[in-house]
Amino acid sequence: MMSEKIKKATREAYGDALNEIYPDFPNLLVLDADLAAATKTGTFKKAHPDRFIDCGIAEGNMIGIAAGLAAAGNLVFASSFAMFAAGRAFEQVRNSVGYPHLNVKIGATHAGISVGEDGATHQCCEDIALMRSIPGMVILNPADYAEAKKAVRAAAEHVGPVYLRFGRLAAEGIFDESDPFTIGKGVQLTEGKDVTLIATGLMVGEALGAQELLKNEGISARVINMATIKPLDEEIVRRAAAETGAIVTAEEHNIIGGLGSAVAETVCGCCPVPVVRVGVNDVFGKSGPAKELLVKFGLTAGNIAQAARQAIAMKK
Amino acid sequence: MEAAMKKQLSITACQIRMGVIEGTYHAHSGHPGGSLSIADILAYLYWQEMRVRPEEPDWPERDRFVLSKGHCAPALYAALANRGYFDIGELQTLRHTGAMLQGHPDMKGTPGVDMSTGSLGQGISAAAGMALSAKLNRKDFRVYAVLGDGEIEEGQVWEAAMFAAAKKLDNLVAVIDNNNLQIDGPITEVNSPYPIPEKFAAFGWNVIEIDGHDFDQIEAAFAAAKKVSDKPTAIVMKTTKGKGVSYMENQVGWHGTAPNEEQYHQAMSELQAELSRLQAL
Repeated sequence: MMSEKIKKATREAYGDALNEIYPDFPNLLVLDADLAAATKTGTFKKAHPDRFIDCGIAEGNMIGIAAGLAAAGNLVFASSFAMFAAGRAFEQVRNSVGYPHLNVKIGATHAGISVGEDGATHQCCEDIALMRSIPGMVILNPADYAEAKKAVRAAAEHVGPVYLRFGRLAAEGIFDESDPFTIGKGVQLTEGKDVTLIATGLMVGEALGAQELLKNEGISARVINMATIKPLDEEIVRRAAAETGAIVTAEEHNIIGGLGSAVAETVCGCCPVPVVRVGVNDVFGKSGPAKELLVKFGLTAGNIAQAARQAIAMKK
Repeated sequence: MEAAMKKQLSITACQIRMGVIEGTYHAHSGHPGGSLSIADILAYLYWQEMRVRPEEPDWPERDRFVLSKGHCAPALYAALANRGYFDIGELQTLRHTGAMLQGHPDMKGTPGVDMSTGSLGQGISAAAGMALSAKLNRKDFRVYAVLGDGEIEEGQVWEAAMFAAAKKLDNLVAVIDNNNLQIDGPITEVNSPYPIPEKFAAFGWNVIEIDGHDFDQIEAAFAAAKKVSDKPTAIVMKTTKGKGVSYMENQVGWHGTAPNEEQYHQAMSELQAELSRLQAL
């Protein structure tokens, strides 16, 4: 049975999912750093004030508090913008959470260029690269509201550190409640034989748009949603390389160190085929309405389709 | 404090110091100076103050200890080994490839280590998180952290100090090891964190100043901390870096240098003489 597909920001799903999972995880605690209204943990704060801790504007300390709470047996979600959770607090995440492999989930909202008007200081396009380099860290970057809710539950069920990446902009609904979610599994959304488009987060919708554009030209593109960036589903990447012979990656992140790098590293090691990366091209962001910025920074269906043509040309 | 207890704690502290020298000598590296300055406080914490079960290191109701100045792991390891958490012979494998005892405390690999530390400023946050957990889950365990006086130059310490006071964590005690020396020199010459007691008081903490090598004062400080409600306690203790080894005392060069063979034998004979003196009391 198909249920409704919801167009909402993935950060909305974060707040809603925390409320939904709490009955199943009574040791849940939610931390924020003075951004509860923006990260949407305010939804949880309102419902369960005794399980919510505002750490104030001190993200490094918040991660340490989360580590101590987790060491004492609590399931902790620590929340801030991606820039501050992964960026400012990187070393606390690395040493106080990653190294002792504590059960801390980092709920990072406002990732990528689609933060919009706040501009470069708040548009984090480096967080996946930072988090990927920490041994044992799981990275989830859901594509839409429904998938984001499932990612939150999956993170709670997983024992160990998880980095959850959410966006500010409303994302087109792609999945519904009945679609399964498994950490470490990519999902093939369309069949295709000429090229594979591997996308994550907000770019999954754009990749589906690119697939339509390419279909009109007689190009058959496989689309894969890669919500888990680490551990990467290497099997689905290997099959894409073997069966379609060309790969395009698409992410709202620097082309250095993110999904594109992870896919390229895998492909180089097993089954070399052209990999063209669509992402923020190693530049800082700018202020502007989110949708205009996605065009300005080359993060549209059209850009992905163009990259696909390029990748296919390289096959010959 | 009764003479018999003071004698026993002094003996234990001396044995911890011997463990520090054993460990750093066999490692050819490590941090003896600041390890020797905290030997007395560790003896008091692990033998008098904290409720712990060495035979059940993960006992959920235990008091927690976080060595925020994680580089002084040789002292923590010597205390844990003497307290029965693991074999004392392990101390000679400190920092060796494949050994249990890492250069800085590893909670996943070493029984009795409650938090992985070593990056300065981070341990106090984790300790505050543990103390908060006790409050939220209505447990009565207490949390103790030891910080260096140089360490408190880290901004995160003050984020944690603000947090612990705001959340009224009266089950948290931070001990500041004020030996006045950090790697690059006297703390007043590097980037002075003084005045330390006033800073913690301004952040809303109960502050107690003691001589960190005087067991009467140590005992009184921890007893006083237990009587304070709604505030965390900072015990700012004056200590001597390198305490107990004549050539290391107050010498900044012994912050992160291991004794050579000759120095090892001299240190051990000095400590052995002190141990014999204490045992004869």
